[in-house]
Amino acid sequence: MSDIYDRVKRIVVERLGVEESEVTSEASFKDDLGADSLDVVELVMELEDEFDLEISDEDAEKITTVGEVVNYIQSHA
Amino acid sequence: MSPLDLTGKSALVTGASRGIGRAIAIALAQAGADVAINYAGSEAAAAETAKAVEALGRKALLVQANVGKAAEFDAMVQKTLETFGKLDILVNNAGITRDNLIMRMKEEEFDDVIETNLKGVFNGIKAVTRPMMKQRSGRIVNISSVVGVLGNAGQANYVAAKAGVIGLTKSAARELASRGITVNAVAPGYIETDMTGKLSPEIREGILGQVPLGRMGRPEDVASAVVYLVSDAAAYMTGQTLHVDGGMYM
Repeated sequence: MSDIYDRVKRIVVERLGVEESEVTSEASFKDDLGADSLDVVELVMELEDEFDLEISDEDAEKITTVGEVVNYIQSHA
Repeated sequence: MSPLDLTGKSALVTGASRGIGRAIAIALAQAGADVAINYAGSEAAAAETAKAVEALGRKALLVQANVGKAAEFDAMVQKTLETFGKLDILVNNAGITRDNLIMRMKEEEFDDVIETNLKGVFNGIKAVTRPMMKQRSGRIVNISSVVGVLGNAGQANYVAAKAGVIGLTKSAARELASRGITVNAVAPGYIETDMTGKLSPEIREGILGQVPLGRMGRPEDVASAVVYLVSDAAAYMTGQTLHVDGGMYM
């Protein structure tokens, strides 16, 4: 769990240029971390590469927070 | 180095077996790019284009696909990426005609042209978005037509598709600009190709009367505009349509 969370966090910090402290489990990509739609698409692409899995467009649309991403990866990786 | 130099770039040109597409493939190779040559049915003609690209010392790849089918376009982009390692330039050129008066136009004549000429462009843009976004750079050029802005009797399907390409180009340009990807269109006028070779002498005369420069264009005239748009020289242009039509539309 913590391993996945750390890797997700690192990517979010890099991609969105936010502080590590902002990337909490409840943080919403769009509302709290300032991501636009395209940022989220890119984030999903990078996570797919990092964790070697495919996130369908339907699932990707449901993911709005950091915690949801971590849960998704945990149950699919 | 010339700002028009494309050395080290890799390109995919759809409908490159003949006509304007072939001239674009060759012009890109002349500027230094490796080129994937898409064709739908004419493999022998596409192989001629490939030979011309290789004669210029560049790599060529033949890829068959119906651009109107998303899965086929995706597979083609995948193959290009595997062969060249990256994809910097996409030229959506493939197009067909099924001319008829609206009263007589069959539903499938309308649908076929929209599928290849408009949806094919959408499929292409979508297929390259992911690799180009990752590279944070990319150049997309879509081939529209002068009739897409002027309209043309007997070509409602073709005109609708080509006008659609201009709108699609602008939307894609806005969506992708922040990722370093530019999307522009070129709208050729009447160019000497197999497609316009079918026109009767009377129609040709009529057309020439509307061309201030007084002649039909050559495929190379269109190819030059494409090379410009995909080069560093056009780095600050996106969402535009260049009219290469001897002055028909101004």
